[in-house]
Parts: sequence; C-alpha cells; structure tokens
Amino acid sequence: MSKRKQNLVGYLFALPWFIGFSVFLAYPLVASIYFSFCDYSVLKKPVFIGLDNYRELFADEVFWITVKNTAIYAAISLPAGMVMALGLAMLLNAKVPGTTFFRTVFFLPSLVPMVSLAVLWLWILNGEHGVLNEVLRMVGIRGPNWLGDPAWSKPALVVLGVWGVGNAVLIYLAGLQDVPASLVEAAELDGASPWQKTRHVTIPMISPVILFNLITGIIGTLQVFTVPYVMFPGGSPARSTYFYAMYLFDNAFLYNKMGYASAMGWIMFLAIFALTMLSLKLTEKHVHYGGGGTA
Amino acid sequence: MNRLADFALPGFFLVVLATVWASERVVREDQPPGPVRITYWEKWTGFEGEAMRKVVDDFNKSQNRIFVQLLTVSNVQNKTMLATSAGIPPDVAGIFSANVAQFVDDRAVLPLDDFCREAGIGPEDYKPVYWNAVTYRGRIWALPSTPATTALHFNTAMMRRVGLDPNRPPRTIEELSEMADRMVQRDKDGRIRVAGFLPAEPGWWNWAWGYFFGGELWDGKDRITANSPENVRAFEWVQSFPKKYGPNEVQTFRSGFGNFSSPQNAFMSEKVAMVLQGVWMYNFISMYNPKLQWAAAPFPHPADRPDLARTTIAEADVLIIPRGAKHPREAFEFIRYVNSRKGMETLCLLQRKNSPLTDVSEEFWRRHPNPYIRLFDSLAASPNAVGTPKLGIWAEYSAELNNAFEEIGLLRKTPKEALDAVTARMQPKLDQYLKRLRLREQAEASR
Repeated sequence: MSKRKQNLVGYLFALPWFIGFSVFLAYPLVASIYFSFCDYSVLKKPVFIGLDNYRELFADEVFWITVKNTAIYAAISLPAGMVMALGLAMLLNAKVPGTTFFRTVFFLPSLVPMVSLAVLWLWILNGEHGVLNEVLRMVGIRGPNWLGDPAWSKPALVVLGVWGVGNAVLIYLAGLQDVPASLVEAAELDGASPWQKTRHVTIPMISPVILFNLITGIIGTLQVFTVPYVMFPGGSPARSTYFYAMYLFDNAFLYNKMGYASAMGWIMFLAIFALTMLSLKLTEKHVHYGGGGTA
Repeated sequence: MNRLADFALPGFFLVVLATVWASERVVREDQPPGPVRITYWEKWTGFEGEAMRKVVDDFNKSQNRIFVQLLTVSNVQNKTMLATSAGIPPDVAGIFSANVAQFVDDRAVLPLDDFCREAGIGPEDYKPVYWNAVTYRGRIWALPSTPATTALHFNTAMMRRVGLDPNRPPRTIEELSEMADRMVQRDKDGRIRVAGFLPAEPGWWNWAWGYFFGGELWDGKDRITANSPENVRAFEWVQSFPKKYGPNEVQTFRSGFGNFSSPQNAFMSEKVAMVLQGVWMYNFISMYNPKLQWAAAPFPHPADRPDLARTTIAEADVLIIPRGAKHPREAFEFIRYVNSRKGMETLCLLQRKNSPLTDVSEEFWRRHPNPYIRLFDSLAASPNAVGTPKLGIWAEYSAELNNAFEEIGLLRKTPKEALDAVTARMQPKLDQYLKRLRLREQAEASR
C-alpha cells in the first residue's frame, strides 16, 4: 500500500474521533473563551462586554463563598481520601487469605452511581432517623443534624467522599504490586523495621502513583458537584455546601447567564492548572520514576 | 493488508449512519399523512399527567386537522429553554407562570395577542390574578392550563386534642402562632415530636411571607424592596418559631419529614398540624391518608392589618408557544381548546383544581370532589391574591431569599440583616439586568 493511501486510511480511522472532538470539545472550549467576555443567555446573540463578567465575579460575594467552601472541602477531603486509600491499599496488599474478597468489598462502593450514593447517604445522615445517629445514640452520643447544621454539612460530605475511595485504592494496589521484591528483601536483610521499609522503600517506589492520585484528586475535589447538588439543594443549609461547580451550573442553566458561567469555568481551569503545576513542581524531588533518575 | 479490509471500519460507520438516516425516513413516512402533528411538552406525571392526556385525546378526537403528541418532560422549563435556543422547540410547552417573565425577556416565547384577538379571548374570560400571570410588558404570552391558590390546611383532630375548636381556625397571625404553640409536643429528651405550625413547611414559598404582612418584593419598575418594613416584620414572625422552639430542634425535627408526595409528609403523618398548601393538597391527602381529619380556611392576616384578609398565593401552570415552533397556529388551536370551558373543566376536575375562567358550570361544582373547592375558587378572586413577581431575574432573586430564610431560621442573622443583604445584592443585579435589556432593545430597534 502506498504511503498516501496508508495516510488516507489512517485519517479515515481517526475521522469519527476527530469530528466528535471538534464538535463536542474543541469548538465549545474555544467558544466559551469568547462567551466569557459576553453577556450571553444562549437564546439571544452574545454581546461583547469586555471584562465585565470577570470584574463582577471578583466582587460577587457568593462567588467567594463557593471558592471558600470548595477550598475547605478539598483541603480536608483530599488528604483524608489519599491517606485512607493508601492505608487500605497496603492492608489489601498483605499476603493473607481472603484478600481478593476484601478487595472486591472495598471497591464495590465506587461502583454505585453518584445520585444513588447521595440518596443513600441522605438517609444514613438523616438527623432524626439516620443510621449513623442511631449508632451514635447506642454509645450515648447525641449525633448532630448532619444535613441541616452548617457546621456539620461539609464534614458529612467528607465522610461520604471517603466512602468512594475504591478507585484510588485500586491504583495504589497496582503500584504496590510493582514494588520490586528484591528491594524489600534487601532492606529486610539490612534489618529495616516494617515502618522503615514502608517509609524508605515502598513509598518512594510508588511515589508516581501517589502524585497521579494527588492530581486527579485535586481535579475531582475542586469540581465536586453531583453529590452535594442532590443532597443539598441550593447549597443549603445557609450556603455551607454551595460549591464552585454548583454555582457555575446555576448561573449557566438556572439564571441563563452563560457568559458569567463561562468566565467561572475558565477561572476554575486556570486554578486547577496552576495547582497541578505547583504539585508537579513541589514533588519534583520526591517522586522517583523507575529506570533511574528522578523526574 | 488487503484493500477491502482497509476500508472495513470506516465503511461500517457509513453503513450505520445510512441505516439511522434511512430508518428516520421510514418512521417519518409512517406517520399519518393527514393532520398536522404538533408536539407538546408537559411536566406532569401520575394522575395529573393522565388528566392532561385525556384532554389531549379529546382534542385529537374533536377534529381531524391537528394531532397533538403529548410528551412528559421533567424540568420542562429548562429543557424548553435549551430546545428553543437550539432551534428545535416543541410547538407547545407547559411551564409555570413564574417562568413567563424570564422566557419573555429571553425572547423564548411568541406573543399570543393576535391569536387571542382572533379567537375572542380576553381578560374578561379569566379571574384577574390568572390573566395577570400570563401577561407581561403589555402583551399576552401564555394561557393557563391549570391554576391554584393556597390556604391554611389544618388537622381538626389535632386541634380537638389540645382543646381548640376545629370550627374556629386561626383568623389572625397572632392566633395562628398561639395555637401553634399549644400544639407542640416534646419527648423526654426535649426533642420536638409534634408541631402546630412551621413557616419552613413545605418550604415552597419562603419568599412569599412578606405578602401576608403587606410587603412587596419590588416596586414593579426598578427597585428591589426585600428589606421593606413589612417584609422584615414577616421574617421576624418566621424567626419567632426557631427562637421559641430552638433552631437545632426545629432542623432535626424537620429532617424527619418524608417527601411531599408520600405518606410521611409532615401534614399527612400528623407531625405538623397546620400548613400553608395549595388546592392540590386534597388529592394527596385522599391518596396517602384518606382518614385524616382536616379542613381548610383562608390563611390568617396580622391582627392590625384586617385589609390583608384572604391573602393567597395564586399561581398557574401555563401553556406557551416557544419561539421557532413549527406550527404556531395549530399550537394555538390546541391551547384555545384547553382554555374552552369544556376543556378547562375536564382538566381541572381531573386534576382537582379550581378553574381560572370566570365562567364556571354548575356541574363543575357538583362533580368536584374537593370539599373546599369554593374556598380556593373565591380566594382566586380576592384582592389580596398575589402571584410570583414578574422579574426576569426571579430565579436568582428567589434563591437569594431562600438563603436569607435559612439564615434567619438558623439564627445566624436578624431578619433585617438578612433582608438588607438580599436587597444590597439584588439591586445592582436588577440595575444591570434592566440596563442590558434596554441596550438590547435599542440594538434591536435600530436594526
């Protein structure tokens, strides 16, 4: 087959993806940059208003509330989730009978669709009849109204987030199984304690996996949407669970302020981009890739 | 590699596309050639959806030029808006009267003035509050499908239990609060088990309490009046409940209520003795707790404001023709049928609501199962019947008021602080909204 024909076939194969990508991703992406500088309600033609949306956003009290809520949520939920996932993965990596069973058990919750998860937890966390408070009552603690008390609504979401760490566990587990046995044995021969083995052999060896989970975790927690949107309509109580992505969605689809929402989307993108770059930079010296040298 | 195999996958895609295209053609040609088919999106499900289906079937049988295809669509106002912006709206959509202003400002809906004039439909045919709900900026944009009014629903058995006369429901807000207090029951841990009345239940009209105290949410032109003395007074009354009962206790008690449409509904399960509810409540009571002993009365007014007696929230489900609809004339034919006395009475009887029309048949009253239907109907004619403010930014404004309502419920802010904050936030938004609307109108006029 001639080179030309080979190219043609290649392009033809890639065509469905290319069409999909341009129509559903590239165009909206580029258009949203433009719309972020417009007064645009979808139905009427966009009118260019310069930086007005951005200016208005930075003066918008609710915008800052959602930024703060999202930052707090990410700051608690991300480390909690990562530690929990790594801990579980290490336990599940132990060579004891029944590990496959437990691996399945811990992975199962992450297969539950988000909306069902939210509805399920609405009942677990219910202040009056919730399972959690019933259990607390048995040990003599009067549980808070998790969903109605602004002080407890974010912790409730963090607890719920930890429930879905199965995916991260799976990735850690794969990383842990790639730790060369020879290195662990060498450490053992040198008399390393289990903690020293973890600290100096296992963690450095899976550091790229930790970094990966960190970055996907940053993206995931900053974009938290479905569960709070279902569980806390309007970010109730008193906007304590009003997250960035929820405010963006409300602006776009409830208030028809597509330009404003586009501006929010781009600020979010830049924030995530900056945080990702920052994590790459900060972890540079601590992340070890196989094949010698550091990244 | 052989030549044929190189093109197998792309070829396969082509075949799939062609098949989809062809099947679309086949299905289209399969439709009856005669009548014009119009699509109608409606939000209702259950018995309310069945009621509309009956009216659609009646219409389809009554003539052979137009065939209405009814489709149940959840979140219909948002989906209609998106479909309209994509240029593929339904011919008729059933939205809420509260959405009309936003749809009009967004140019999402066709004016019906010419159609109404041709059909001889005018304000004299409707109760003023419902006619008002479908007009905006001097034009007609929708016609009602079914209307509603609200009233105080109270549990007569629970009143009797605490020694109150069930034939003498509260007439003033002060009486309401006093009776409500008498009905509160707590368990040994101090947790509320039964409440007389809670302004947060069902929580659908958190924005509306000001109207019961003579307040308005804007001046009808360009000023937000959320922090008017009347509105502040209303929110002070709202806050008196968590102040008396404890904000956390109220929150926890409320978290035990089931969904509105379930036997665990606070009123149906006798957890709350008195609620503000609409004409539809009767249906749900007969469905989930037919043995409930209840009655309805106009919602009380402040003792010093007898002029506010019979205040009610009067809203309507309305039918619109989205801009870009393929068959507006046929669509209006259908809307007109729904708004004929026969169509409207069939629909309102099956949905068990009052009629928005001034002309109501004796048979309608006779056959209506709700024992309080005349009350709801007369409330619609009350001078104190109020609708949702006709503001293009209402969605945002009501979210803001809801948040203020929550903040005062949790005692995080005083009513004055909360409503000042709402006003301070919404006034610039209204200014900007009106400015942009004007600029757009000027641009359109000069074009």
